[in-house]
Amino acid sequence: MISSFVLVGASAAALSGVPGLFLPRTSPLGQRIATLLMEVAALLGTIGAASVLAGSGGFAVELPWPAASGATLGIDALGAFFLVPIFLMGGLGSIYGLGYWPQGRNPRSARRLQLFWGLLTAGMALLVVARQAFSFLLGWETMALSAFFLITTEDDREECRTAGWIYLIATHIGTLLLFGFFALWRRTTGSFALQPVAAGTLGSGAMSLLFFLALVAFGLKAGIMPLHFWLPGAHANAPSHVSAMLSGVMLKMGIYGLLRFLSLVPDSPASWGGLILALGAVSGLFGVVFAIAQHDVKRLLAYHSVENIGIILMGLGLALLGRARGQSSLLVLGLAGALLHVWNHGLFKPLLFFGAGSVLRRTGTRQLDRLGGLAKLMPWTAALFLAGAVAICGLPPLNGFVSELLVYLGAARPLVDAASGAPAAVLAVPVLAMIGALAVACFVKVYGAVFLGSARSLLPPGRPGEQGESPASMIGPMLALAALCAFIGVAPSAIVPALEAAIASWSPAGAATSPGLLGLAPLREVGLASAALVALVAIIVAATRRLGRSGARVGTWDCGYARPTSRMQYTASSFGQPIAGMFAWVLRPRLHRPRVEGVFPGAATLESHVDDATLDRVIVPVSNLIARRFGWFRRFQQGLVQSYVLYILIAVIALLCTLVPFGDIWAAVFAR
Amino acid sequence: MNGAVMIDTAIHLLLLLLFPPLLLGVINKTKAFFAGRTGAPLLQPYHDIVKLFRKDVVLSSSTTWIFRAGPVISLATMLLAGLLVPLGRFEAPISFAGDFILFAYLFALGRFFTTTAALDTGSAFEGMGASREVTFSFLSEPAFFFALLVLAKEAGSLDLNAMLHGPEGGVRASSLAPMVLVALGLFIVLLAETCRIPVDDPNTHLELTMVHEAMALDHSGPLFGTILYSSAVKLFILGSVLLHVVAPFGTGRPLIDWPLFCAELAALAAAIGVLESVMARLRMRRVPYLLTGALLCCGAGFTLLVR
Repeated sequence: MISSFVLVGASAAALSGVPGLFLPRTSPLGQRIATLLMEVAALLGTIGAASVLAGSGGFAVELPWPAASGATLGIDALGAFFLVPIFLMGGLGSIYGLGYWPQGRNPRSARRLQLFWGLLTAGMALLVVARQAFSFLLGWETMALSAFFLITTEDDREECRTAGWIYLIATHIGTLLLFGFFALWRRTTGSFALQPVAAGTLGSGAMSLLFFLALVAFGLKAGIMPLHFWLPGAHANAPSHVSAMLSGVMLKMGIYGLLRFLSLVPDSPASWGGLILALGAVSGLFGVVFAIAQHDVKRLLAYHSVENIGIILMGLGLALLGRARGQSSLLVLGLAGALLHVWNHGLFKPLLFFGAGSVLRRTGTRQLDRLGGLAKLMPWTAALFLAGAVAICGLPPLNGFVSELLVYLGAARPLVDAASGAPAAVLAVPVLAMIGALAVACFVKVYGAVFLGSARSLLPPGRPGEQGESPASMIGPMLALAALCAFIGVAPSAIVPALEAAIASWSPAGAATSPGLLGLAPLREVGLASAALVALVAIIVAATRRLGRSGARVGTWDCGYARPTSRMQYTASSFGQPIAGMFAWVLRPRLHRPRVEGVFPGAATLESHVDDATLDRVIVPVSNLIARRFGWFRRFQQGLVQSYVLYILIAVIALLCTLVPFGDIWAAVFAR
Repeated sequence: MNGAVMIDTAIHLLLLLLFPPLLLGVINKTKAFFAGRTGAPLLQPYHDIVKLFRKDVVLSSSTTWIFRAGPVISLATMLLAGLLVPLGRFEAPISFAGDFILFAYLFALGRFFTTTAALDTGSAFEGMGASREVTFSFLSEPAFFFALLVLAKEAGSLDLNAMLHGPEGGVRASSLAPMVLVALGLFIVLLAETCRIPVDDPNTHLELTMVHEAMALDHSGPLFGTILYSSAVKLFILGSVLLHVVAPFGTGRPLIDWPLFCAELAALAAAIGVLESVMARLRMRRVPYLLTGALLCCGAGFTLLVR
């Protein structure tokens, strides 16, 4: 069966980094073998997933491993839908790595990076095809730990190690909650198998507890707003193609887990939908607000991931509302929006991170206020980054618009369909509009600061042959991603079958009664309108081509300043300042301004910084408080091996004591 | 497609392409009248645009292709948006359920490229203008969406034609209050989007206080002509949206309705001219309050309607 190609692909990915371990550190051969294996894996995996989405049967196999006690693997359309971005990014990112993280230049870390890159891909694939708790957790932990080693690739930098530790703690809190979740699942359903339960078999208390555990565990991975704290640091400090994988694909595994759990409990109450919709609105709005206030291009992109997860959750919340109220049109529109945004974000976010990686590789800095004017130096990177920026803002004619349109239509559904009975959901429409406008502000800022104007600081000279554009191995994957963005934007009806298959596998009852996606959303018309827009631009360009041809080049006029310098440009910080100022109540920027004294004040510096809402304002102070309060406990941690052996001895004796039949002894003593 | 619809579509296209600059002429004439001047002829904007198209272009040495793409793409978005909006009592040439979202996002696309083109020059003034433009839009866009939601709820449809033409038999008496609030909100959005007083002064001479004009400081010749023309088209489009709310009149006879629509639009332009003559521009820090007011107006209208 073609669908079992997925398993072959996942195995090839898992093994892709192994040959390199046996080759010398500086030999580029290992990386080439790994890339080749990853491409094979990507091809096989995508074909397998596509065949399932096209309607051919899935597979079900049992892992021949007693420790996992009958762990089964299987694939359905929902899983296949998530497998596509996993394998696509696994393949493209590995090609990008050839230029971005070549073995020859990074002998210390490149072999490790390739090994864990393959394992991350394979772990995510295993997680998606798991049909039972143990195989799910196996995939989950493979993914989580590989991601830790990938984030700490540059472990000689302290910032990078800190980000890695925070990530590791966050992901293991999530794993702990998942253990609780599966234990409860076993207790209430009687098995570890991930099979749908009939309506009404779970008590409402158990359902609520399961939902809470799933929401926090998967929400930590997905980066829902108060739980996103690990995400900016990890995405900023990982190598750029790893950031692309984490943001574009790994966050979606949290969404996948949530979707899978919700597909198993078909009688979820409407309040879950409302809660997820509200969480989505909060993540979306504050994700983009925090993004605007960032000075680091990769941290900024990371906060945009929080925003996009918010949009996905808004779609999911609408779908849950629709399912609970028996409104299949709301269900289909919301879920289609959420699922398509999963794909879309898996295309444009890696594109943007790849672009940021190109910039970082050439300039050595992620600080927006030190960059500028790169469009002349790196025309391809600039054009492709622009495509990603237009797509992430949800603007036509690219793909972001299509998925946001579906969420909009879902949210506006109660206006025209009085029976749907979720009038408050309509408020999602203006929230989405505000998110969209803020995203435009943010990406205009990034694009202007990085690629337009003139350079704000001296560029490093660059290695010979690398003074300009990035190599083809980095541009190629970006070109592929941009082409896919354009394809979904102009021909959205082409992916309707895949969406409908995934929706049907999520909620067979809901999909059966709906009029179909093309009947609910004007995807054909949107495709035509996008094509018309492109045609209109082409016509105007052709019509005005002959006008003003000489194009004399002079300095920027700038209202008559004779010698404008690059330091007189508007900076990214000042561009975002009005919006950051309006949201100061949530951003709480810290500003260190100089005291200007005297007639001729000396040189001064101004510094502003926006702390993360959760990490810097809640988690770090609370952890410090706990560390202070429990200072007395340190006396047990002496560092003496002997005392640790003593602790072990005490623990063993205490455990052995549980075997002693004290009751019998007691009875015997007093019987005498 | 029958003959009458084809003629209406042709008139729609002709009006969309040719009528907008006249609105600028009407505004200027009104302002001149209030200032006690004769003012430039009504057709002056046409002469300006034609003259600009004949001129040569001077480009800043720091710019890239984005600088040229900005005006072109924003004109394309405006023309496509103009095909989505129904004029007067007539149907729009392109229409589908949910087209109002495309309509609003076309404006956002235009804004994206106008502001990036401004940043391409590396000038502080243009950066300032771009920053203000995106700041104001994040308040005016949700207001616009709230207004459209009220119209959608009232008409029971997500199709811009039906939304703007209103329900059969006119607006219910109980929805009059929301409609008044929406009209007010839409008018403020129109002033902000087309950069008129009190948000922005199109005739200002101080670069520090400019919004839209600041972004076009370095554009010259045909590029500047395109910007001038597309801002007129924008005024035309948003004006015809507003007219559906404030003056939903029609006789059902095309020979009367087309001139009536043009007269209404000219009257709206004259009203803007009057407003510009009797008001001063708001201080830059106050503009967000005005836009928040528009957002609250439209939001309150929506709340009244669905309560």
